[in-house]
Amino acid sequence: MAPALTTEKPLRDDHDGATAPAAVRISRVHKTFGRPGTAQPVLDDITLDVRPGEFVCLLGASGCGKSTLLNLVAGLDAPTSGTIEVPGGRPALMFQEHALFPWLTAGRNIELALRMRGVPRAGRRAEAERLLDLVRLGGAYGKRVHELSGGMRQRVALARALAQDSKVLLMDEPFAALDAITRDVLHGELTRVWEGTELSVLFVTHNVREAVRLGERVVLLSSRPGRVAREWAVDIPQPRRIEDAAVADLSVEITEELRGEIRRHGRH
Amino acid sequence: MAGTETTTAAAGERGGPDGRGDLASVEAGLDALDAVQVKRVPITHTLLHKVLPPVVAVLLVLAVWKLLVLAEVTDDYKLPDPSAVWRSLRGLWLQGTLGGIVWTSVSRGLLGFLAALALGTPLGLLVARVKVVRSALGPILSGLQSLPSVAWVPAAVIWLGITDAAMYAVILLGAVPSIANGLVSGIDQVPPLYLRAGRTIGATGVRGAWHVLLPAALPGYISGLKQGWAFSWRSLMAAELIASSPDLGLGLGQYLENARTDSDMPGVLLGIALILVVGIAIDLIIFSPLERRVLRNRGLLAGAR
Repeated sequence: MAPALTTEKPLRDDHDGATAPAAVRISRVHKTFGRPGTAQPVLDDITLDVRPGEFVCLLGASGCGKSTLLNLVAGLDAPTSGTIEVPGGRPALMFQEHALFPWLTAGRNIELALRMRGVPRAGRRAEAERLLDLVRLGGAYGKRVHELSGGMRQRVALARALAQDSKVLLMDEPFAALDAITRDVLHGELTRVWEGTELSVLFVTHNVREAVRLGERVVLLSSRPGRVAREWAVDIPQPRRIEDAAVADLSVEITEELRGEIRRHGRH
Repeated sequence: MAGTETTTAAAGERGGPDGRGDLASVEAGLDALDAVQVKRVPITHTLLHKVLPPVVAVLLVLAVWKLLVLAEVTDDYKLPDPSAVWRSLRGLWLQGTLGGIVWTSVSRGLLGFLAALALGTPLGLLVARVKVVRSALGPILSGLQSLPSVAWVPAAVIWLGITDAAMYAVILLGAVPSIANGLVSGIDQVPPLYLRAGRTIGATGVRGAWHVLLPAALPGYISGLKQGWAFSWRSLMAAELIASSPDLGLGLGQYLENARTDSDMPGVLLGIALILVVGIAIDLIIFSPLERRVLRNRGLLAGAR
């Protein structure tokens, strides 16, 4: 069943001139840390496009540089060589930690993002309430961050990211610290919110099932240095569930591939 | 973990083939179960656990004092009866001078503290954010913190004479380093995650400093202010004791010094007690509520009673 659902793509998507517009265009990106000479390559010749409105999951074991890649796309760091284009402007970024400001209420956290975006004061409160409603936290405007559960905090963080009104949302293992039920619910919420917007999502995870549950495309990175090893298109219709047979089948296939990548590092 | 897996399966069965309809209800249930309950401590609890122990401790000290007097361990002029100190206090009150003495010192202390605040805050910001300034002034500021400000009194008296200005100079030299250092350590302890989050929402430069860096550094800054007040008060008392002159208004330090020259031991003890009580009272009335409020808003006081 699994092969019918997946279409294998060539190892690398080569850019053939000016084709379809991309929300994120990563071209031949290299990144090394450390001084020249002793420098360790972290990312090696990464080429990857995210189409407008597409949901791409970046999958890889430790040391594949997936978080580094996300920081580059977010503009928090610069590539050693290669280019990254984000035509829609500064992307929004969500972390594994909620990173909400504890001195502000949930609503004020969102309003700060609106204010930085230049939304006039008069419209901020209503917009913050609307975004909280969107993540089903209608009554949480005046709640302090410490009064919210882990799952609620990540939903406020999602609302804050949406408040930036970016075309691209980058997510760095945002649900990794949550328990299984909460994560399951947030997968549903994220899919629902994504379907209701034009948002392109680049979602980093080390959880294969999560990648298959969420993504339209799963990109596997090899480790040390990070290269695009393989990618799969996920043709399972949404709403998916993490326990669906089709999700499980594709996960098994991808896990095999991921294990192969990890095994290479044990043979020396 | 086993329980978690079972619950997921059960939720799946109830959800039906679509699984979309029950998402909202599962979520509502989770929110209700997981929401953190913030309890306010009842007032009786506060009275029993926060107020009662120090009151008992003070009563114990008074009891021991009284016992020592009754046992006649030393001469009366060295260790007077507690009631003699009480009579001194009553005397000052009936003369109507008590409020004036306390206010002279407190107004000097607070005014000096505010001046130290106005100088120490920008200084702290500069040291925390500008590398050259930090390497130049950082060690000097931390060094000054360990210098007892009494040491400045002779210099201040020679420069400025026995004047109010000398008092304020000593307060500033004592309190400015504390306040600046508090702000520096507050800024140093800001989690880098907040700064990253601030940058991703576009809070950079001055806006980043105002909306992210400074609020994040507030707890450290406030503990610096608390310490700054303690230093202001100590410095002022040292200055009033040493540089006492009839030309200046009668403050607590001068009262204490006058009592010493009159060999008035109850007056000396009363002076010490008043200085202690005022120092604690300002902290309890101004700084502790401020600190508790900031910490409670951030959920940093949850475990504390």
